[in-house]
Amino acid sequence: MTDIKKTGPADQPPIPSTPPTGPEAIRAVPVRHYGRYVSAVIAIGAFVAIVYAFSQGKINWGAVPDYFFDHRILKGVTQTLLLTALSMVIGIVGGVLLAVMRLSRNPVTSSIAWFYIWFFRGTPVLVQLFVWFNLGLVFEYIDLMPIYKDYWSSFMTPLLTALLGLGLNEAAYMAEICRAGLLSVDEGQTEASHALGMSHGKTLRRVVIPQAMRVIVPPTGNEVINMLKTTSLVAAVQFYELFKYAQDIGQGSGAPVEMYFLAAAWYLIMTSVLSIGQYYLERYYARGSSRNLPPTPFQKVRANLLSLGRPKGVMA
Amino acid sequence: MTAMVKAEGVHKSFGAAHILKGIDLEVAPQEVFCLIGPSGSGKSTFLRCINHLEQINAGRLYVDGELVGYRQKGDKLYELKDSEVALKRRDIGMVFQRFNLFPHMTAIENVMEAPVQVKRESKAVARARAERLLDRVGLGDKAKNYPSQLSGGQQQRVAIARALAMEPKLMLFDEPTSALDPELVGDVLDVMRGLAEDGMTMVVVTHEMGFAREVGDALVFMDNGVVVESGHPRDVLTNPQHDRTKSFLSKVL
Repeated sequence: MTDIKKTGPADQPPIPSTPPTGPEAIRAVPVRHYGRYVSAVIAIGAFVAIVYAFSQGKINWGAVPDYFFDHRILKGVTQTLLLTALSMVIGIVGGVLLAVMRLSRNPVTSSIAWFYIWFFRGTPVLVQLFVWFNLGLVFEYIDLMPIYKDYWSSFMTPLLTALLGLGLNEAAYMAEICRAGLLSVDEGQTEASHALGMSHGKTLRRVVIPQAMRVIVPPTGNEVINMLKTTSLVAAVQFYELFKYAQDIGQGSGAPVEMYFLAAAWYLIMTSVLSIGQYYLERYYARGSSRNLPPTPFQKVRANLLSLGRPKGVMA
Repeated sequence: MTAMVKAEGVHKSFGAAHILKGIDLEVAPQEVFCLIGPSGSGKSTFLRCINHLEQINAGRLYVDGELVGYRQKGDKLYELKDSEVALKRRDIGMVFQRFNLFPHMTAIENVMEAPVQVKRESKAVARARAERLLDRVGLGDKAKNYPSQLSGGQQQRVAIARALAMEPKLMLFDEPTSALDPELVGDVLDVMRGLAEDGMTMVVVTHEMGFAREVGDALVFMDNGVVVESGHPRDVLTNPQHDRTKSFLSKVL
């Protein structure tokens, strides 16, 4: 099997003598992973079968490239991205605020935060969107005495509905992520900061939050990707984004299902780009805490291809 | 002359655990006051009470003649607000067993942080002082290093510089060398010795009997939440009167 050669006589200790000459490298026959070839063939076969089935279905695939770069679709993509970004800003700011409130020693603020999170996590976001949309039934006017007064129904535009619905819901989820981050920071840090005469607020801003970031950032990237997909729900409150435009085109052009596939492809493109961004962000925040950085996607693909060709599976 | 620290019948409990059972002691200005005793004897807890990281349950604790954590009006005690407690902590430096440096800041940023954030000092002034202090603890060339790039002994010396940056009138040391490799202990003790020579008032919880004997002006042996024996370090360490002190010292010396 193997042909290890000892460098010294048998009576010497088993530790091989170190350079200058160096020990002879082991050359062994690697383990063969036949299962990998078999499973790869099965997986590819199944994939081809599915693609074939879809291509033979009663779907007019030609409609997808026709509308792929339609100006309405592109408008929808930008609206989706805009809504994702703004909702996440509301969600992150609100989430940090709620997490700090939740951990506060003040029972009033921590109870308010608890109640908020309980309510917004406990009800479906679609229902929340409809509630915001129809709040005119409860409040007829919006009246900010000196500066603004209008009917609620004309104040609550689809954009505002969408932002409030998605952003406030997200804040509840972000709050839990931020809370975990804040709790992950060693208590000694707070003590050291207090011992220097720093206030609670300063301690939080200067000492605790910067250290909590490495725990908060990775799941937040996940939330962004989730948010991007969740924005499709706001079509229900008449906000025009990718999904709503695709739906409209589908009804007008007589290819409704095709347009859903088109929208799905665009969502997939956008989430893929975000995933890559998140991957590198996580890699950045892993610095210093883990000795070996995880490989980049390209390194991974390369290593996998190499391991298929060379069954030993040596990582690049 | 008012005592820098004065404790009168200080009690502290955590739930059912009665940690401090009536501590009476006095620390004079410019004195190096050592607290020794087995773990769990309450010496660290007492130290943390001095800058109100822990709140005492009974008795009175004064720093520089002022009540810690409370304001007295007539017979009534009023709890101090967080901001008032923070104001008093400015004058009390504290050094922790586990250093507790801020890992996301460089050594010099650690030292500059409190003067800039708490005293609203300009960065230039704070930086100049921080450089001086880092030189003093022998780490002038490590100013731009992050704590993770420093050895334990170096981290602890940065932590001492950080505490000194607030120009405190009292320094508290909570087992400053217990987490260090034996060969790194000396550098930290040298810095503390230098501080003592400059007349800093220091309360030191320590297991370094050599340091206590050489540098200490007063020493207290605590066990099970009470002061068992106190006096000059040379007397207590070489000629202990109580059996409990004798058996403790026979194990650590």
